[in-house]
Formats: sequence, C-alpha cells, structure tokens
Amino acid sequence: MTNDNILLKVQDLKKHFPITQGIVFMREVGSVKAVDGVSFDVKRGETLGLVGESGCGKSTTGRTILQLHRATAGHVYFTGADNQTVDLTAIQGEPLRKMRRKMQMIFQDPYASLNPRMTVGDIIGEPLIIHNVARGKEVNERVQELLKIVGLNPLFTNRYPHEFSGGQRQRIGVARALALQPEFIVCDEPISALDVSIQAQVVNLLEDLQEQFNLTYLFIAHDLSMVRHISSRVAVMYLGAIVELSSRDELYNNPLHPYSQALLSAVPVPDPVVEEKRQRIILQGDVPSPINPPSGCRFHTRCPIAQSICSETRPEWRDMGGGHWVACHLVQ
Amino acid sequence: MVDLLEVKDLKTQFHTREGVVHAVNGISYTLGEGETLGIVGESGCGKSVSVLSLMRLIPEPPGKIAGGQAMFQGNDLLKMSQDEIRRVRGAQIAMIFQDPMTSLNPVLTIGRQLTEALEVHLGMNSQQSRERAVELLNMVGIPQAEDRLSDYPHQFSGGMRQRVMIAMALSCNPQVLIADEPTTALDVTIQAQIVELVKRLRDELGMAIIWITHDLGIVAGLAKRVIVMYAGFIIEEAPVKELYGDPRHPYTLGLLGSLPRVDETAHRRLISIEGLPPDLLGLPQGCPFAPRCVYAMDRCWKENPPLESVGPGHYKACWVDTRQGRAQ
Repeated sequence: MTNDNILLKVQDLKKHFPITQGIVFMREVGSVKAVDGVSFDVKRGETLGLVGESGCGKSTTGRTILQLHRATAGHVYFTGADNQTVDLTAIQGEPLRKMRRKMQMIFQDPYASLNPRMTVGDIIGEPLIIHNVARGKEVNERVQELLKIVGLNPLFTNRYPHEFSGGQRQRIGVARALALQPEFIVCDEPISALDVSIQAQVVNLLEDLQEQFNLTYLFIAHDLSMVRHISSRVAVMYLGAIVELSSRDELYNNPLHPYSQALLSAVPVPDPVVEEKRQRIILQGDVPSPINPPSGCRFHTRCPIAQSICSETRPEWRDMGGGHWVACHLVQ
Repeated sequence: MVDLLEVKDLKTQFHTREGVVHAVNGISYTLGEGETLGIVGESGCGKSVSVLSLMRLIPEPPGKIAGGQAMFQGNDLLKMSQDEIRRVRGAQIAMIFQDPMTSLNPVLTIGRQLTEALEVHLGMNSQQSRERAVELLNMVGIPQAEDRLSDYPHQFSGGMRQRVMIAMALSCNPQVLIADEPTTALDVTIQAQIVELVKRLRDELGMAIIWITHDLGIVAGLAKRVIVMYAGFIIEEAPVKELYGDPRHPYTLGLLGSLPRVDETAHRRLISIEGLPPDLLGLPQGCPFAPRCVYAMDRCWKENPPLESVGPGHYKACWVDTRQGRAQ
C-alpha cells in the first residue's frame, strides 16, 4: 500500500446474500453470490468504468465498497488525501461514518433517490449538518453554491423534487454527492434513466466536476459506448466476477476475453455504413443464476470457444502485460 | 415499391383535467411492402402514441384521434368499426411491445396465449393450432418448444419472453409488424439476439416493419428509412444512410452529436442539447424545437416550419439551412 497513486484497493471482495426458508427459525438454504471474489485498484483522479449486464453484480460491488452492504469476505483499502490507509470492511460505527465524508454515491434513479417531502435545500444541506461541516446560515450559502456548481438556479432551494425534470433531479443528486467535498464518488448508472439528449448534459457535467475538484469516479454502467467515453480504465464483469480489466483503448480495440468480445460486438453503432460491415458475435442463451453459478469459468456455458478445462477450473486472474488483466484459460 | 400503409395528417390528443395534450400533431408517412421504417425520438415525442393510434389501441377517452387517415389495403384504419379493426389487428398488422414482463398474461400458459390468436383469426382447431404454436416457438429459437407450451410466462427469462411475443405477433403471418421499443428492457447481448432474430424472420417472411426506438444505434443497422419525431411532429425523414451521413435538422444533428460511440477513438466533448422538450399541454406557436435550438431566429418563434424536401426522399421541417448556419 505504499503506492500513493492508489486511492482504493479492492481485494477478493465477496458479497453473498442469504436465501432463507421458514418463518421463525429461518434456515439458510443457499445464497445469491452477487459478488464473488473481485479485486481491482482505483487510481487517484481516474475514472474506472465497471460494465456488465443486469444482475452481474456491478451495483452490489459499488455498494459493498461504500459499505452500504457489509462484505461477506475480502477487503477494501481506502487511502485518503491524508495518506492514511483504512480497511473499510474492518471499521464500523463512528470511524466508518467519518470515512463516509470522503466517498459518496450518485444513484441511478433520480425519481427514487430524492425524498419527495424534502426541499432541495434540505436534501443537499442534510449531509453538511450531519457531518457538522456547516450550520445555520452557512448551510444555505453552501447549498446555493453547490446548486450553481451543478448548473441549477441557486434560488431553487425551497422547491421540491417533483418540480424538476429527470436531468435536473440528477443534478440535485450530484450536488448532494459533492456537498462534503468527497474524494471518491461511485456513479451507479447515473444516466441510464435519462433521455439521450439529457444524458450528454449530465456526462459533461460529471467530466467538468472531475477536473475542477480532482474527483475519482467508479462509473457503473451497462452502456458500453458511454463507458468508453468517460473512463480511463474499464473492468468487465460477468456473474459476480471481473473477467477483464485494462486501459480503455486497449480494452475496446483489443478485447481478449470472449465475453468482452461478444459484449462489444453486440453494441449497435449509430452509423449505417459501419453497421453494414460489422460481424456480430451472438451469444446463446441467458446469464445463469448466481445462486448456483457454473463450475470453473462462469462464462463457459455461453462461451463460443469453451474447452473441457473451462468447466473444471476457475481461470486465474492474469496480467497480460501493460496492465491488461484477464481471467480466461484460452487467452495466450 | 408498393405502399402498404399510408398515414396522412394523423392527430392524436388526450383530454385531461389540465387541458388538451397534443401528443401527435399531424404526421404523414408511408410504409412500403417489405420495408423497414425506423421511428426515433425521445420519451414523450409521440412515437408510441402514433402507432397505437393506427392500431386503435388508444384508450378513448381520455385519448382521441382528432384527425387524419391511415389507409391500409384501401381501407381507413381510423374509420373502421371495432369488429373490423379487430380482424386486422393481430392478423394483418401485429405488434410487439416494449415490456415483455407485463405484456404477457401471467395466468395463462404460453401455449394458450399463442393458440388463441390462431383459433380466432385463422379458425384452426386445437390440434392444428398446437402444432403451429410449436412451429412458431421453434422459429423464434425457443428450445424444447413442445414442453414449454405448458409453461407460464414467469418461467421464461426476459429475452425468451420477447421471443414468445415475437412468435405471437408472427403467428398469423402479418404484412406489417410494429415493434414498439422491443429491446429497451433487455441487456445488450440479448438485444443483439432479438435484433438478429427479427432480421432473419424479416428476410424469410418478407413483412414490413415499423421499428420504434430511442436508440439511434439499433435503427442504423436495421431500418431502410428513418423518421425523427419531436413533440409530436416529424422533423426529419430520410433514407438511413442519408440521415446519419447528412443530417439536416438541428435536433437530429444534436442527437447524433450527443451519442458517444463504442468505436470512437479520440475523446471529444459530447454535444448536449440544452433545455427540455416542450410541454405538450401548450405547444408554442412557432417551431417546437426553437427554445433549444442553437440556430433559432425570429421566424422560428412565430411560424412552425412545414416538412419540406431537401433531397431525394429526404425531408426536414426547419427554416434554417444547417449547412450554412443561416436562413434559407
């Protein structure tokens, strides 16, 4: 942990949700292995994109890092600007609450993530009061400043969320995340509920803020085009595990894992001339259940090039050079 | 190409307590035999309402088809009686919907839902319809079709349910298939499966398709002609390559500029269209896009531009020549 460039180090993180049966004596009959052994680093000032299909555990990974879910196993080391490294999975109560100032979240659904009974001022001001950063008139001043930063009228403090459109609400969510001047923000599909022309507004805002405040993002999304646009490095998740991680251009130009290849080829390009020539890799079937994931490599049931070894042993997480990591037996 | 469907000046409104919502404001287009037409636009632009009006699936009241014509095989769909339209719906014009989770009946087996249309429209007996149902499920790539007939929708995954929906829509060999955002609720690899399936079936069966979506990417690889809608108006219409290669309306330009591409190499700032789509309760007098338009001039605020030809098969509704950046 001497590398001062690394803000967050995730080590073999697991999150299993128990499945219980019975009412009074709830027996555990199995578990949903939502995240099952995920390791990666996030460097200071970068945007790490985390992509995958629904149910692959990308949101659970983000939430477990922020300790909104407690991890089943594994560690999350956070190194703040003060150069103190803390294992977030080992602390709780007051020490954890203090750490929360440094890491915030922007949620997917701007309609569900803002309390409809609170004014915008209360929503953005609440973290300031809870963390004792400001009080009295200062709170209102800071809220107005934050509204200005995210491109909203500072006089909106007394309005309620329903008076705003989806894009504007997402800006309020961004302002709330910024209130405590965090170092790290998990953006959990912040634009997927928005219309195309509004998506660009929010993404441009996130990019500007990153530059202005030197923020580090974990950008969770299923839209591979947007992830390519915003990320510096990208991790691809499948069924609770990361299958490939590399710098953005390397991953998009030279995907090594068969799942990444299929995923990239499935994304439509808004250009009929390109579309005419493209060859698609069409995966058969659906993602298997995370309750009982396939043995060995989890992708082997849908993999077009799977061999017998793939169903027997879980592939190692290997560095193929230049920070291009992949988990596949067949990549040379 | 022979015109199969001709829509003229279609207007649909919703009478609500707050006032009249002008969802579709006089749109006209044609659909040729075997042609794939894409309709794109953001939520609330009237793309779904426009095709639901054709199928007469708008709840009346509060909805009302306020005017226009939709000629299909010499008959006006909008003037048909309930009995007549029922014979067209599902048999000659079929539809697949956005959400495969809610558009299947959860308490009927897949088999029952498939055979119902066959018995009603084609007068098959239960033996024949069952055989045809198995054939249809095989056609859309559902394994063990015979056994799955007795399954209920909840036993299928999202992608599989959408396949069942497609099988149902194609059961009576329709001439027109209307697909209303059929892949929006699906993951990208499943979306690719469904798009590939529809392309294959289109080539095999030769039906015409109206594909409605907000995703300019899907339409690029699927449609021959594309209509862009905004606030209930058609603002641009062009052959697919022309629309992407030489967009002429400021809104289309903005939409294409706001999309990041999976094959983009250099980082560029996305073009964002500032502001919001207009409230359809009270449409502005001029061009509905004027408040968000970077090219807007005085005339745009006063008069709504008509759809005019700018090239072969290429129409746009705009007073400004976006190539010059000034008025025509």
